[in-house]
Amino acid sequence: MDLDAKIPSGPLAEKWNRHKFEMKLVSPANKRRYRIIVVGTGLAGSSAAASLAELGYQVEAFCYQDSPRRAHSIAAQGGINASKNYPADGDSIFRLFYDTIKGGDFRSREANVYRLAEVSGSIIDQAVAQGVPFAREYGGSLANRSFGGAQVSRTFYARGQTGQQLLLGAYSALSRQIGQGSVRMHARKEMLDLVLVDGRAAGIIVRDLVTGRISRHAADAVVLATGGYGNTFFLSTNAAGCNVTAAFRAYKRGAGFANPCFTQIHPTCIPVSGDHQSKLTLMSESLRNDGRVWVPRKQGDQRAPHEIPPEERDYYLERKYPAFGNLAPRDIASRSAKEVCDAGYGIGQSGLGVYLDFADAIQRLGEKTVRERYGNLFHMYQKITDENPYQIPMRIYPAVHYTMGGLWVDYNLQSTIPGLHVIGEANFSDHGANRLGASALMQGLADGYFVLPGTIGHYLAGITPGQVTTEHPEFGDVEKQVRDKIGKFFSSNGSRSPTSFHKELGKIMWDHCGMARTKAGLEEALRKIPELRDEFWKNLRVTGNGEELNQQLEKAGRVADFLEFGELMCRDALIREESCGGHFREEHQTEDGEARRNDAAFSHVAVWEHKGKEKVPQRHQEELKFENVKVAIRSYK
Amino acid sequence: MKLRLKIWRQKSQDSDGAFENYELDGVSSGMSFLEMLDFLNERLVSEGREPVAFDHDCREGICGACSLMINGAAHGPQQEVTTCQLHMRAFRDGDEICIEPWRSAAFPVLKDLITDRSALDRVMQAGGFVSVSTGGVPDANTIPVSKNLADLAMDAAACIGCGACVAACKNSSAMLFVSAKVSQLSLLPQGQPERGRRALRMVGQMDKEGFGHCTNTSACEAACPKHISVSHIARLNREYLKASLCGGEEELLSD
Repeated sequence: MDLDAKIPSGPLAEKWNRHKFEMKLVSPANKRRYRIIVVGTGLAGSSAAASLAELGYQVEAFCYQDSPRRAHSIAAQGGINASKNYPADGDSIFRLFYDTIKGGDFRSREANVYRLAEVSGSIIDQAVAQGVPFAREYGGSLANRSFGGAQVSRTFYARGQTGQQLLLGAYSALSRQIGQGSVRMHARKEMLDLVLVDGRAAGIIVRDLVTGRISRHAADAVVLATGGYGNTFFLSTNAAGCNVTAAFRAYKRGAGFANPCFTQIHPTCIPVSGDHQSKLTLMSESLRNDGRVWVPRKQGDQRAPHEIPPEERDYYLERKYPAFGNLAPRDIASRSAKEVCDAGYGIGQSGLGVYLDFADAIQRLGEKTVRERYGNLFHMYQKITDENPYQIPMRIYPAVHYTMGGLWVDYNLQSTIPGLHVIGEANFSDHGANRLGASALMQGLADGYFVLPGTIGHYLAGITPGQVTTEHPEFGDVEKQVRDKIGKFFSSNGSRSPTSFHKELGKIMWDHCGMARTKAGLEEALRKIPELRDEFWKNLRVTGNGEELNQQLEKAGRVADFLEFGELMCRDALIREESCGGHFREEHQTEDGEARRNDAAFSHVAVWEHKGKEKVPQRHQEELKFENVKVAIRSYK
Repeated sequence: MKLRLKIWRQKSQDSDGAFENYELDGVSSGMSFLEMLDFLNERLVSEGREPVAFDHDCREGICGACSLMINGAAHGPQQEVTTCQLHMRAFRDGDEICIEPWRSAAFPVLKDLITDRSALDRVMQAGGFVSVSTGGVPDANTIPVSKNLADLAMDAAACIGCGACVAACKNSSAMLFVSAKVSQLSLLPQGQPERGRRALRMVGQMDKEGFGHCTNTSACEAACPKHISVSHIARLNREYLKASLCGGEEELLSD
């Protein structure tokens, strides 16, 4: 597997500009001859589809939702980072770059991350020009707030709905192109496989979720913007439909999958309340700007929170990390919550919860200001829990949220399959082993608006447009495989629903590949998952048929891929004998419980290559070189 | 608790639908409304029966995918929530709950409780944007926007495009939806150059899609999970009138 990252030469700060000049271009008159497929319409997909169409390419965009506006980027709450340095508090491109590399626990690529920081400011400019109503100061300038893992205020926000507003901005740009006929939008269509011709990405096979019709789509390049795989855990903050299918199909067709074990557990989510629960709801990290996290100092303290006097409370983040306090990065805040709960200090019936308390903030700022900053989040919390967070501290617990791993891409965002580009959360490139808050929106939009539209031209300029059509035998072969697989879902005629298998897989993953991992636990998961998969194929029941709107069939297809993908995650976690970022191996920790990295053995990207059915995948390595930052022990103390 | 559910079942867009009754025992008050339907569906699947199809995705009230008329009210009995945020503690043991899809000629039923809301997308495609392409825009802080205007624009921009306003309206009017976008962009300096054109084009498309007229009953505002105010409809009417009288039409004609 060729893992040449194709990083441009020259000093870090000049690489992207130099590369932009050195890349081949497609002339304006020729662009319309190329067709590009974009799968997924979240921040990355919408912004890419719109920008590519504006440039003149023919774009075919696909999403499984009924409208491109509903992709799960919409649920991002807190904000988007950019190194504008508007508050003049010492921010710079280099500082955002450094914070992101350090936040990722030195497991990401310098050149990609620097480029991300470099284009971050343009994203804000673009969104403002589209009419995204960011928060403003009274003087009319843009407001900023701080976020985890940073000591500057570089986060732009639109109340607690920043993801929604940025997505609607990208959706409006996309809508404009659809209206003009330069993007053909295919909503309620799910990509079920990737077609390669002569080793290049040549198209996709799609199922119409309303009619069940299977169709072929050919293009000169394919872009996957299909999000992350957090739903492998069943319970996560992802939308119900989020899945790994598109990315996993690409992996099975030869795309390398990088760092699948790097998953992010978000520290502030509403705790699980029963076994009927279908998802976990995030409470934005921005709440940690003003909320204070604590547990009682006494184990199993059953008193109501207001009855516990301040001296009997342990504000453990402030105690352990005085420099960053409640704004410690996500992986550290999550692990600390687990630690206090495991030690018996947790609150609520299950003991799996900690308080996030706004009493001090309300006293300091007044309820009105707190309402202005977080009103919609408080409202959401109250709707779910039936408790008023203005009066009672929120109860929170970590939950699976984001996946840093993803399909391996080079500097041009191209996977190991020529012509297959991967953007946003679906790729692995920028966040290392842990993503900082407010950086997902930044990366999705950086990829879609500013990086891919340039780099894909470089690929297209090297090929002749329109060479492959859907009549090519490869399309027929792959379509047949897709149809056979759909048939297989109906043939076992067992007794268990797809959801019941998903739940069981999720429990295995959370117990053994969640916030803390051990060799024994991962080995157990690697025994249990294949057993569960066997049962899935023997005892699955999918009602109805394939030629209609069938949500059970959709679910079965996604769960089938999770059942294979979960194994890959555990395999990756088992081999990575170190703790870094969101990957915490209990065997590798310092005396005070902090993660212990092993740079000598693991300062690399692990890239998995599919070797065929029932065969062990092969692990490759892309070594990471740090020339501009000093690799240090990550400390937030 | 035990519930009696009366649910609209329809095989496809072309087939006739009917209500079917289901007895569901073992519902807990902590379940969300959609989790209650998941629970019903798991039971139906275990009995080899066809589960109820319904739209949903984020399950946290922001994607706008979930819908449902619950006992005749869009998104159910509570104010300012989507169906996915509605919890079963809002109901009592023994309740009968009637569950229907959105009712509007512009939203044809695709199956059971799922409707086709692509008409809303087409309205947006007609003009719900600022025509800027990627790149070549000024630095963000060179466009000052007063805090009050930005806040007001944000109130309108909070629309999640669920279609509850249409479903709640006796005329199936989409005025609240359209006004939210027209209002957001007409309040902001970025939206000024296309202000008249946008209002004319979006209203034109809205009419083409078969949405009805607004007769100011405010049922839309009452049903809106994001509490978008009908004052935005007043602003849309003003925008539309102004554009019709003062040049927006010419802009449109020059297309």
